[in-house]
Amino acid sequence: MRDFKPVVALIALSTLPAMAPAADDAAALRAELQALKSDYDSRVDALEARIKQLEAANAAAADAALAVAAAPPPTPEPAPGGTPAGNASAFNPAISLILGGSVTGSSRDPADWHIAGFPPAGDEIGPGERSFNLGESELTFTASIDPYFSGVLTAAITADNEIEVEEAYFRTTALADGVTLKGGRFFSGFGYLNEVHAHAWDFVDQPLVYQAMFGGQYRQEGLQVKWLAPTDLFLEFGAETGNGASYPATRLEKNGFNGATLFAHAGGDIGEFASWRAGVSWLTQKAEGREGGIEDAEGVPLFEQFSGDSDTWVIDGVLKWAPTPRRQLKLQAEYMRRRESGEIADSTGLVLADDYRNTSSGWYLQSVYQFAPRWRVGARYDALDSGTPSYLLAPPDLIGANPDRFSVMLDWNPSEFSRLRAQYDWDDARDEAESDRIWRIQYVYGIGAHGAHKY
Amino acid sequence: MKKLIRVLALSLAAAASLPANAALKVLATTPDWGALAQELGGDRVNVYVATTALQDVHRVEARPSLVARARSADLVVATGAELEVGWLPVLIQESGNAKIQRGARGYFEAASALSLLEVPSQVDRAMGDIHPYGNPHVHLDPHNIRAVAHALTARLSQLDPGQAAYYASRAQEFDARWDGAIRAWEGKAAPLKGVKVVILHRDQVYLCQWLGLVEVASIEPKPGVPPTAAYLGTLVGRLTTTPPKLILLNAYNDPKAANWLAERMHVPAVVLPFSVGGSDRAKDLFGLFDDTLDKLLAALK
Repeated sequence: MRDFKPVVALIALSTLPAMAPAADDAAALRAELQALKSDYDSRVDALEARIKQLEAANAAAADAALAVAAAPPPTPEPAPGGTPAGNASAFNPAISLILGGSVTGSSRDPADWHIAGFPPAGDEIGPGERSFNLGESELTFTASIDPYFSGVLTAAITADNEIEVEEAYFRTTALADGVTLKGGRFFSGFGYLNEVHAHAWDFVDQPLVYQAMFGGQYRQEGLQVKWLAPTDLFLEFGAETGNGASYPATRLEKNGFNGATLFAHAGGDIGEFASWRAGVSWLTQKAEGREGGIEDAEGVPLFEQFSGDSDTWVIDGVLKWAPTPRRQLKLQAEYMRRRESGEIADSTGLVLADDYRNTSSGWYLQSVYQFAPRWRVGARYDALDSGTPSYLLAPPDLIGANPDRFSVMLDWNPSEFSRLRAQYDWDDARDEAESDRIWRIQYVYGIGAHGAHKY
Repeated sequence: MKKLIRVLALSLAAAASLPANAALKVLATTPDWGALAQELGGDRVNVYVATTALQDVHRVEARPSLVARARSADLVVATGAELEVGWLPVLIQESGNAKIQRGARGYFEAASALSLLEVPSQVDRAMGDIHPYGNPHVHLDPHNIRAVAHALTARLSQLDPGQAAYYASRAQEFDARWDGAIRAWEGKAAPLKGVKVVILHRDQVYLCQWLGLVEVASIEPKPGVPPTAAYLGTLVGRLTTTPPKLILLNAYNDPKAANWLAERMHVPAVVLPFSVGGSDRAKDLFGLFDDTLDKLLAALK
């Protein structure tokens, strides 16, 4: 007997959009008629209003003729509340393009930048190269697919002339009762910053804890289901699973999925001017032959590969206070704690220990203040604790590392679509004894469709 | 087992019939549409307003509290024409609420019932914050409110067919009061016709259009672009040949530039409520126009 459970589940899922409310009966018909009548009424009203406006415009125009600097005349042929397009391109997705780049200077060679006590988490971490650099040019396409789904593609064109699919996913729009399903490649919904795209960051780079624990941002190919509670207090619950394509997980040599992510967020307003959101998330993942190990204080690698379990807790919180439309204070912090246990091996795959265990943690606290309509200033403190790996054959004098960093930034936003930023870091990620001083000037420009930003 | 199924079916049916007796939950993007929904829906609607008169509706955060309200809303009443483009799409997307998605009955745009002014023949961001579908600040012309009221009544009856007669009678009653008020306002506003004014942002265009105020300049060199000192200097030069009688600004605006210009030109800067809640008197839509007109007329004396 074969197991058809997944097939049944899929079929059940596919009927969900059809469960949209069915039309009522006679009452609905009556309402429809009433609506039709009112609709005509409103059109007649609109026409009447239009005539009045034109009369007023004529009268005003006569007066304005006397004035030297007259107002621009109203356009006579408006499209009633929508796009008049009737061509094939009318269904093209909204396209937006982000241009970014920076100039970087550092007191130490960026090539040897690493986070002491942590395994390397990918190539997208660190301050980047010196001098002028091109950031990722982000191209985003979004559109409704049909009444049931919408789709998003974000492609990053890197400075090395490569195209990387940053996110590509579908999302349901017609499920009932606050449920949203998302599938494809997407940034995981845990924590606060993980889902935020680079152009919307408040600093040039991600906090150290994100760089050390997730290589910047965690994403995989998988599925996400979110449920929003029907309460006035914002209460959101989410679960994800996928193939574990990025650090700290790896793809596994088996069918199915790798691990799971659970998250919950709550949020609301405090009085008229302040709002908050806080959350707790848990990730449980597996790694098989994950490349990269930890070095001891002398720079000697303890191991080169890790296989085993990686479980992470994340706590996040954001508070925003905006006493006027032109001023805002944003306070934000996240704490992460990870426990890994399993096997460590050398570069050839030879197992060095099968009782490896380590618990690492880190946090950041940042504050950004918009003190004038176009200006913001911010400060951020990062701190990490690498933990001390424990296994039977571990060197007895092994000690953990405590890298940290302090950053300040100032940015100028001439419009919603442009931003120039300066950032200075006192960076002790390598070691206290190897302090780095890094400055960066960055530009971020947005072209095309007006993006809508999450909280 | 059969009994259990019957009980389940019954309780499901009971749950499904509940919303028919409950008030419609309306999420309005501005206090003005909130006030209109309240006028038309009476006690059959439960209105939540996403912004206040002291906020700039272009720049609103998609706060968690708003997402939560969107989740349970039966109807979103928005201005449309991209006024809320920076935040409303996020609310709708994050809400997981199929009823209020674009194209669904629970999504209403006031602009869809109106002809907009200033529809640009071409758009480019170099022109500032312009809106490709026309100027979206439609609510300061009471004739527009009237047209939106009719369309909104139709939508309320579609969503809540059992109460169609109730909505129709409320709409009729509102119409009568509103038409009377418009006649009174238009009579009172006669002295404002042809008065030259400087506006701050293009959100006073419909008001000027309605009252016959002649806009000789706007303080923003381009929509959404704050004026520089140099621009204000040239503006003073330009305005000496066509001196304005009034400078108009809204309760939510930064008054600095308008006050500076007012002092230079020796004319009053009038702070208008702009939205319901923008002044003590603007408690509802009637109060909004009463107060706006009285402030304009008082400043003219």
